[in-house]
Formats: sequence, structure tokens, C-alpha cells
Amino acid sequence: MFLLRRLARLTVSLAVLLFASFSMIHLIPGDPVRASLGTAAPAELVAARRAELGLDEPIHQQLLGYLKGVLTGDFGTSLQTRETVAGIIADRLPSTAELAVLAALIALLVAIPMGMWLAIRTENGRNPGSELAFTTATGTIAAIPEFLLAVGLVVVFAITLGWLPPAGKDGPASYVLPVIALAVGPVAVLARLVRVEALRELDKDYLRMARAKHLPRRRLYLRHLLPNMLTATLTVGGLLLASLIPGTVLVENVFAWPGLGQRMTESILQKDYPVAQAVILVYGAIVLLVNFLVDVALGVLDPRSAIRGT
Amino acid sequence: MRALRSPAPLTGLLLVAAVLTLALLGPALWGESAARIDDGAILQGHSPAHPLGTDDLGRDLLARILVATRLSLLLACLATVVGVAIGLPLGVLPAVLPPRGARAAAGTINALVAFPGLLLAMFTAVVSGLGARGAVLGMGIATAPVLARLTQTLAASVANADYVSAARVLGVSRLRIAVRHVLPNIAEPLLLNITLLFGGSLLGLAGLSFLGLGVQPPDYDWGRLLFDGLSRVYVDPEAALGPAVAIGLAAVGFNLLGEGLAKAASRRAVVPRGAATGEALREARSEGVLSVRGLSVAFPGGAVPVRDVHLDVAPGEIVGVVGESGSGKSLTALAIGGLVPYPGEVTGGINLCGQDLSALSPGELRRLRGTSLAMVFQDPMTTLNPALRVGGQLAEVSTTHQKMPRKEALARAVDRLRRVRIARPEERARQHPHTFSGGMRQRAIIAMGLMGTPKLIIADEPTTALDVTVQRDILLLLREAAKEAAVILISHDIAVVSQLCDRVVVMYAGRVVEELTVAELRRARHPYTRALIAATPDLTTDRDKPLATIPGQPPSPFDDPDGCAFAPRCAAATSACRTTRPLLEDGIACLHPQSSD
Repeated sequence: MFLLRRLARLTVSLAVLLFASFSMIHLIPGDPVRASLGTAAPAELVAARRAELGLDEPIHQQLLGYLKGVLTGDFGTSLQTRETVAGIIADRLPSTAELAVLAALIALLVAIPMGMWLAIRTENGRNPGSELAFTTATGTIAAIPEFLLAVGLVVVFAITLGWLPPAGKDGPASYVLPVIALAVGPVAVLARLVRVEALRELDKDYLRMARAKHLPRRRLYLRHLLPNMLTATLTVGGLLLASLIPGTVLVENVFAWPGLGQRMTESILQKDYPVAQAVILVYGAIVLLVNFLVDVALGVLDPRSAIRGT
Repeated sequence: MRALRSPAPLTGLLLVAAVLTLALLGPALWGESAARIDDGAILQGHSPAHPLGTDDLGRDLLARILVATRLSLLLACLATVVGVAIGLPLGVLPAVLPPRGARAAAGTINALVAFPGLLLAMFTAVVSGLGARGAVLGMGIATAPVLARLTQTLAASVANADYVSAARVLGVSRLRIAVRHVLPNIAEPLLLNITLLFGGSLLGLAGLSFLGLGVQPPDYDWGRLLFDGLSRVYVDPEAALGPAVAIGLAAVGFNLLGEGLAKAASRRAVVPRGAATGEALREARSEGVLSVRGLSVAFPGGAVPVRDVHLDVAPGEIVGVVGESGSGKSLTALAIGGLVPYPGEVTGGINLCGQDLSALSPGELRRLRGTSLAMVFQDPMTTLNPALRVGGQLAEVSTTHQKMPRKEALARAVDRLRRVRIARPEERARQHPHTFSGGMRQRAIIAMGLMGTPKLIIADEPTTALDVTVQRDILLLLREAAKEAAVILISHDIAVVSQLCDRVVVMYAGRVVEELTVAELRRARHPYTRALIAATPDLTTDRDKPLATIPGQPPSPFDDPDGCAFAPRCAAATSACRTTRPLLEDGIACLHPQSSD
């Protein structure tokens, strides 16, 4: 029941997204092809490209054609480079996915131990100094957007120190800076959340019971505390992955990373509408799907959340 | 404004003030040097004349950054206005529309929030053309769903408040309710969040401009300057760092200020640290299962909920500890178990199973307490770990403290579950706690206590959270367990205690006021014990009369009166009672013991 309802919501969202991406090219004032090719382009070329995009057909046929194209993986061809859009996406998406997944994994691996450790250190108002330092530091870091961090990282580690390549995708070393730039903000956000979540669990009766059994600390925290805060943490972790995806757009532009985000920016700047249209659709669909999968996974892990979510 | 005294929000306030001042004065002060084209100084790096270098027309970059403050803030302002203009009405809709429409509105908000803001902004920027106008519109549209969700949540939180219900009963229209009753009551948190959203818009616009999708030349904001600077970052890093630092400082400023204000809005009292009161440590006896001497528990700030408690428990004995809420009985139990929560400080001597606890290392302490002491708490529904199987939770006592192999420990867990009369214990051991009823959970917890070789079981109100019908089961089980171990039963219910216990210890305001056998209860001499007994109804209680109560309140754990703590509520108190503290002698601490005649 929960799955059906959630599936219905996903379908509606995807439909809205499809319609929005379809209408994008029509909402642009004037002739999008003329705008893209420039005023100097010969009229025949513009007419040919218009025909190719189907812009001269009645609107409902265009919509049908668009839907058919999306379903068969045919997103048209670039107005500028004449590559197929599907080819561009297949070529660029893996690089972006690598960045996002690596960053999300690192964020989880760093933030969970960090948040738990701080929760244990600051339980019941112990060590108020650590608490203040932690919340201030994470608050500040979380406020700095990834592209600024990326610029800072390039200047310090690539240019001043020369330890790591400043741009491009070439070997493992080139992953370090983009992944750090993407992961630092999520680490701060997630560590705060883990700490609050852990503090809440630490206060519960079952942990007092576990303490009354005088178990070693490691067992107390890893066996009794960790599983109970994992659901909330993984939810946010999943949503974080979804929020990392737009972050990749900016970070890719700083590091000239050959991913989808960089290509999207280029296509918008060059008014290469078929590419921009398809890439926005892909990004939106990925975010919606990730959110959906997180919800479903949660519903399986913790049946209570399925009821709450509806 | 107390929040502003702590360093983080104060830093935020200073940063925001600096940025606002720059936005006001920047263009007037540096506008000219920011626009002055100098053919002789094109694309220069850092120099005394140009601290951050110059751009491709030889214009001073520092001046340009300072001047760009105004446009950056202005655009963020506009984007926030657009976001509020769309988001606020959208967020109020679910509260205003009839149910069907409200669901549709809430659904729309949900669908929109799911889309990442940057994508929405880029979409809008494509449609409305590259430039500041498109970026502002895009950022505003990206902000709107977030604000709508927030408004919706806040509105829902007051939707059932009495004043809203009253207005509804009076037939006030939904729109009027929203505008007159709901919005004013959520205005404060809303404004606070709009401040935070403003910071977000500032960053979002900087990001768009940085991608080249926002402000276009000849205009420039921080994002545009960063865009220009990044292309020459290898040669002159300061050209990119300058705008990056400006954006970062502004973002951090708004964030710190917003968070500080939010925290101030929901601040809870902070307990100041103070010195614990030290009481003389006395030698505890080493015979018996437990001997407690001069036990005190103090919290910083002067609260001393347990004062100078003495308690002895003989093997196999069932001792009841009774008293009102706040009499210190539970904390006494926690102190014996080594579980007093931070920052409480425990002083006094405790001797458990012939071992002086103060002489043991932390590891020895854990082992001793883990095997010879078992605790049963009040609410079995929350005491078992919901994520772990019941059998495993029992078995880990033996695997950790007795180094028993896991399989053997699990077999022992099944055996103990059987002993507390849980049906099909093999199957039950493999289940999670949520499949157990409250009574079964409490039995499982007692079984957990029986995993080791407990010499003492401390049960803190073990039946309070249970059905009356299962209370008896649990008490009988405890009595059965007491054949091997001594039991301390903590309860506010003197009837429960008198059914089960051999001896009763009565606590008041953190001190033991009377100790007596159950048989002596009817002849209790302390006025407080007598009042407790009188307040317990039984089958012979005249139901036409109101139940007897003890007038007044127990003293706060912060107060330590010179005299008897019960004197203000005691009918027998004299002036001596208020000045002289009675000591526990011959099982009673009272200057005027009563006699039953």
C-alpha cells in the first residue's frame, strides 16, 4: 500500500518533470533555433534544424514525439556539435556518478563515527567546550558552498602546494580534490545530525539497561547504539546523495571535470537547447529516483516510517 | 538578545553588519576606482596599488569586489522577495482550502520540494534568458517550494491551537483564519527562516553567476567576479580567492546569525557547574550483600537529591525502599549500580558482595556489577533495545562478563527465559522486543538479570508501567528470584512493598527517615511513614470520604534545611524540629516518634 502510494507520487513527479522539460523549448521567447545558431546562420539551415526538432508540427504531435523519444532513449542531436544527446549523456553521466557516489560514501564514513564520538563526549552537557567548537565549526563549514571550497582547495593544494592536479580527470589523484569539495559540506551536516540522533538514543531506557549490564563501551556503542540511529542517518544520507547531484554541477565546472554538469552549463551558455533539455530531465529524474529509493528502503528497514510517510 | 553574547552569533552579526555597510557605502566610496580602466595595468597580480590585482581592462579587483556587494545583496533580496511572494501563499493554501484542495496543494508542494533548487533555477534561467533577471527569477522560484513547505508545517502546528479552533467554531472563514490567526502566530519563526533563505539565495545567485548563467557583463556581482577570476587562477590565485572569500564570509555571517537567533528562540536552561557537597566518607560493612554508608549524590548547581544514605541488605532479603517522587530512591539505586548520569557526583562508601567498590579498578567494577548485580527498570516497553533480538541481548551478559561461548550463552538465555515462564523460549529468543507484550518484556529483563549469578537484584518500580493483572506475576517472579539473590524493590506504593518485602526503608528528601520490618508497618512511628500508609486505600477504606493525602510539597533537592525536612508538612512538628536535624537511630529519624494506640 505504501509502495503503491509512493510509486504513484513518483509517477506524478516524473510526469511533471517530463512535461516541464518538453515545454522548456517552447517557453523560450522567439525562435530557439535562430537564437542558438545566431543571426548569421543561413535561413535554410535554421529551417532544417527546426524540422529536425519537429518545431513546425502541431504541438500535440510534438509532445507525442518527445515522449516516444524519451522512452526509446532518443533525445535528438545537439544543435552545436551534431552529437546524439543520448551519446553525450552515456559519455558524461558515469564521471558525474563517480564523484557523487564517492563523496556520499566518504561523507557517511566520516560523519557517522564523528557524530557518535561527539555525542558520547558531550552527553548530558559534558564537555561544553567541545560541543560549542563542534557546532560552530560544522555550522560554518556547512554554510560554505562546495564551489567556494573547491576554489580554495585548488588554490591551496593544486597551485600553492602543487600536490594534486588542479583540473581534469586523469588517474586517482585527480579525484581527490573534487570529492573532498563535494563531501565536506555533507560531512558537517550529517555529523551534526548523527550527534543529535545519538544523543537522543543515549538518553533512552534501553541504553540505560545496556549500561546496567556493564558491557564494555565499545559493545555498548557499536552494538546497542549504532543500529538504532542508522535508520535516521541513512535517510539523510540518501537525501544527501540526491542533494550532492546538483552540487556536482558547480564542482565539475571548477575542476573542468568531464561530467554531465559541465556539459549542461556549456549547453545552456551555447543555447544548445536539445542538450540542456535532456540533461535537466536526466538530473531531475535521478534526484526523484534516489529520493524514491531512499523512502522505499526505509519502509523496508523500518515499517513505522512507511506509515508516517503517507 | 542573550544569544548574541556567545561568540558564534556575535561573529555572524558583525559580518552581516559589515556586509550591509559595504552594500550601502561601497559604490560611493570605490565606484570610481572599480570602473577606472587602465591600459597600463591589465591582468596584473597582487601589487601595492592593487592588492588583489586587476582585471582584463586594468580595473582594480578589490574595489570591484567591494562595489559588487550592493548588487549581490540586492539580487539576493529580490530573489527572496520572489520566493516569499510565491511560497507564502502556496504554503498557506493547505490551511485555507477545503480538504480536497488542501491535499492537492500539499501534494504540489511535495512534488516541487523534491526538485533540486539549482535545477529549477537553471531551468528558469534558460527559459527567461541568460542574465540577472533570469537568475533572480530562477532563484526565487527555487526558494519558493522550501518556503511553502516551511509555512505549511508551521501553519499545521498552530492549526489545532485553541484560538484557531475557537475561530473555526465561530464560523470565521478559512482565509480570515489564515490571515488573522495563523500567520501572525507563525510570523517569528517564518521571518527567522526567511533570513536563512536570504543567505541561501545569495549563495545560489553567486553559483549561477559563477557558472556564467547569472549576471552578465558589464554588470558584475561576486559570482561573476569569481567566474572571471577562476579562468586565471593558475597565474593569479588572488583574483579568484578574493570574490570567493567575500561570498564565503557573507554566507557564514548570515548562517551564524540565523542559527544563533534560532537557538535563542528555543533556548533551554543551562545548569551551571558548582562544587559538590562533600559528606564524610564512612566505612561500609563488608558482610551481607550490600552495605551503603553515607551515600550522597550531588549535581552541580547545588542539588543534592540523595543525602547521607545508609542501607544494608542481607543475603536473600527483600528490602523495599519507599518514598514519594523525588525522595531520592531511584538515584540511590542508580548510584549502587554506578549509573548516575553525568554530571552527578557520588560520594560515600558502597560495599557489594564483600568488596569495597572504591578499591576496585574500572574493569573489576564492571565485572563485579555486571555479574553479581541485576537491575530491572520501570518501563519494559523502552528498556529492551528495539534493534536487537531478545536472546542476543540476554546472551551478551554471559559472553562479555563470563567469557562464555556464544552458543552456550544463547542456550543459557533460552533456559532463563523458560525460568521466567516465557512460553516457547527457543522461538522467543530469536524474536525482536516489539513482538513481546509489556509483561513478557519485564520478565525477559528479569531473565536478563538472572544470566549472571546475581547476589542482588535492584528493581526500580518494576510494575508501575504494567497492567494490574501482570503486576502480580512480576512480583511473584521477583520473590522466586529472591531465593538466590537479595532484592531491593523500589516503589512509591507501600501496598506492593508490604506484600513482598521483609523490610521497608522509608526515604524522604534524599534521606532515610525510617527502617522497619513489614510486620512493624502498622505500628510505624515516623509521622511521614504513617502519612504514607494512611494515604494508601485498602478494601476497608471508607469510600465516601476523600482519600487521605499529605498536605504540602516535598522540599526541593536544592534546599537543605537545618531541621527535619518533613517538619513543614508534619502535624507533630515543634520548633525544635525546624532547627535540629534528627539522626537515624534505632531505625527512625524523628524527634517525636508517634505510637499507635
